Amino acid sequence: MITRKSLAGFSLAYALTAATAFAGDLVINSDQSDPAPKKAMEQLIADFQKAHPDIKVKWNNFDHEGYKSAIRNFLTADPPDVVSWYSGNRMAPFVKAGLFEDVSDLWAQGDLNNQLKSATKSMEIDGKKWGIPYSTYQWGIYYRKDIFAEKGIAPPKTWAELLAACEKLKAAGITPFTIGTKALWPTGGWFDYLNLRVNGYEFHMDLTAGKVPYTDPRVKAVFDKWAELVKPGYFNENHAAIDWQDAVPLMVQGKAAMYLMGNFAVATMKDGGLKEDQIGFLQFPVITPGIPMAEDAPTESFHIPSGAKNKADARTFLAYLALPETQTKMNAILGQLPINNQATKSDDPFLRAGFEMLSNAYALAQFYDRDAPAEMAKAGMEGFQEFMVKPDKADAILARLDKIRQRVYK
Amino acid sequence: MASGASSRETLRGVAVTEVVSSPPGFWKQNQQKLAPWLFLAPGFLMFIIYVLVPIVQSIWISFHEWDGLGEKVWIGLGNYIELLDDDDFYTSLKNNVIWLVLYLLSIPAGLAVALFLNQTVTGIRLYKSLFFFPFVISQVVVGLMFTWFYAPNFGLFSQLIAWLTGEQVAVLADERFVTYGIIAAGLWPQTAYCMILYLTGLNNINPEQVEAARMDGAKGAKLLWFVILPQLAPATFIAMVVTVIGSLRSFDLVSIMTAGGPYGSSQVLSYFMYEQALSEYGFRMGYGAAIAVVLFLIMMVFITLFIVRMLSQERNA
Repeated sequence: MITRKSLAGFSLAYALTAATAFAGDLVINSDQSDPAPKKAMEQLIADFQKAHPDIKVKWNNFDHEGYKSAIRNFLTADPPDVVSWYSGNRMAPFVKAGLFEDVSDLWAQGDLNNQLKSATKSMEIDGKKWGIPYSTYQWGIYYRKDIFAEKGIAPPKTWAELLAACEKLKAAGITPFTIGTKALWPTGGWFDYLNLRVNGYEFHMDLTAGKVPYTDPRVKAVFDKWAELVKPGYFNENHAAIDWQDAVPLMVQGKAAMYLMGNFAVATMKDGGLKEDQIGFLQFPVITPGIPMAEDAPTESFHIPSGAKNKADARTFLAYLALPETQTKMNAILGQLPINNQATKSDDPFLRAGFEMLSNAYALAQFYDRDAPAEMAKAGMEGFQEFMVKPDKADAILARLDKIRQRVYK
Repeated sequence: MASGASSRETLRGVAVTEVVSSPPGFWKQNQQKLAPWLFLAPGFLMFIIYVLVPIVQSIWISFHEWDGLGEKVWIGLGNYIELLDDDDFYTSLKNNVIWLVLYLLSIPAGLAVALFLNQTVTGIRLYKSLFFFPFVISQVVVGLMFTWFYAPNFGLFSQLIAWLTGEQVAVLADERFVTYGIIAAGLWPQTAYCMILYLTGLNNINPEQVEAARMDGAKGAKLLWFVILPQLAPATFIAMVVTVIGSLRSFDLVSIMTAGGPYGSSQVLSYFMYEQALSEYGFRMGYGAAIAVVLFLIMMVFITLFIVRMLSQERNA
């Protein structure tokens, strides 16, 4: 109770400095601090103002890390009208605490249930929709086309082919895979794909929902596959010391040939000096034949806090965000894929490949740290990082993860 | 003579009339006793609101399970029992001990630098400020500089190691070295701080005692040990206090350089607490508060020792 009061005091100070809210003011808090998202957001707001000149938008832009802790404060103390947040399990605590507004009515209007269908699963909790998704991007293996051609390697389609390619690259003095695990999350991509390919989407979802113990032999099987890459040294050394961006130069310099990453990595590779025709994209290969191929595709979304003062305009804004034209324009700037299936995709070859892959995907996972609750995700990815350094400790790591699972999901 | 007597008369007269006209009020009577408390009051108030109450609140929260949003659930000693069974807790505790011991190295190092700089040479002020420089820059910058210094492939240190041993060592990615690597970064500014404390101490040394010792034939290590060091005792004491507390509070370097990694091996209690209670992955306020209480108790041991010493010194003085 005391904390509530002090938070209210904080909110008063905040209100005095940040917002002099009149009717018709729409306050948006979000974390589009990178250049492309920031530009897309500015464009979105400008266009929205043009379409609704009577609404005055006030946008507070945060940096990523600060946002994650700030949002808990402002949602309880002084909620803005619209916030950006992650979908999937990451929004569950806010939904459960009654801090997000049910926007199922917006989805029901018009044709949104159909147009935004691909993101239904990630926006739904207890059968209700809690936000409007507007963008997504694919994950997959980016590789150096020229190096593959030079060494006579065809893009691998199966696990055996991938291992053969790795062996060939390693023999030629090139590290097959580059990765930087200092920030932990890149390890999540590897676990996701190996688990999706070894055990399939349903098992992966059960695991991230805490229904299966980490000590299950099927999880062990995932680590066994992973060890086939770790033990022969198919990843760069010292990856725990570097961030994902620091791993890109290895690929640009030709010291490494492949990178399992989200589509945002392409821009960094091009900035590093790679030409578009040097970069190839391939879907993560088949491991267990017959298991339908699911992919990682994190969704970006906006939500209305339940304590928002201007819910009417917030709904107008979210409805505008859901429009195909809006999503076309935003994603052209973002370099990502629109969620609305009536929107036009950008002509970028990687996005085209990604779109094709995602439209044929059996199901879409959000990403390990969005599908699993934050606490489990943190412990899990720490375990993955340790495994990538010390593959022999797999059993001890899994036992520890299961101890944490039992606490987190109880 | 006459004038002297008359003035005494007048004085007595004034005193008498005053006693008769108005008896001294409560304020007049207790002014001497109350004034210091009134001057202290604002400070006390701040201390109670911003130090004592939060300490009590933290202890209170540590008996609950609470995510900062919903209702608090009383679980008694649950958080502490869980701590006893948490590997990360022991890692942090162990690292804190390593920090505590190695951080003390900054005291002799600071003394050595101070003795070296305590000369009258042209441009000594410049050298002094250069040595003091690391303390002026932010810990965050120190952390970043050392991160690059250690960075595999292009870092100066890792290049040096590769040249010496033929092998790359990624200090910050290797659980064997990571804590020592961070402490080394921390020692750099801390040494500068101790150096400044000793430089001021050296300024206050009694030159006559040094002269006398020299006359008696003392020099070098003996002079330092028996004459200089005892006079530096107050500086050593302050350096000790600052260094011990600083090592237990170590947070910024860990956060900047490794974020507790690789896989939690460079955690210290304060970072562990922050991560559990306030980082995006945690929001376990109760658990974080329990860690904070443990850290507080450890600090209390040292703070009590220091205060007891300080009091006994004041009594002797």
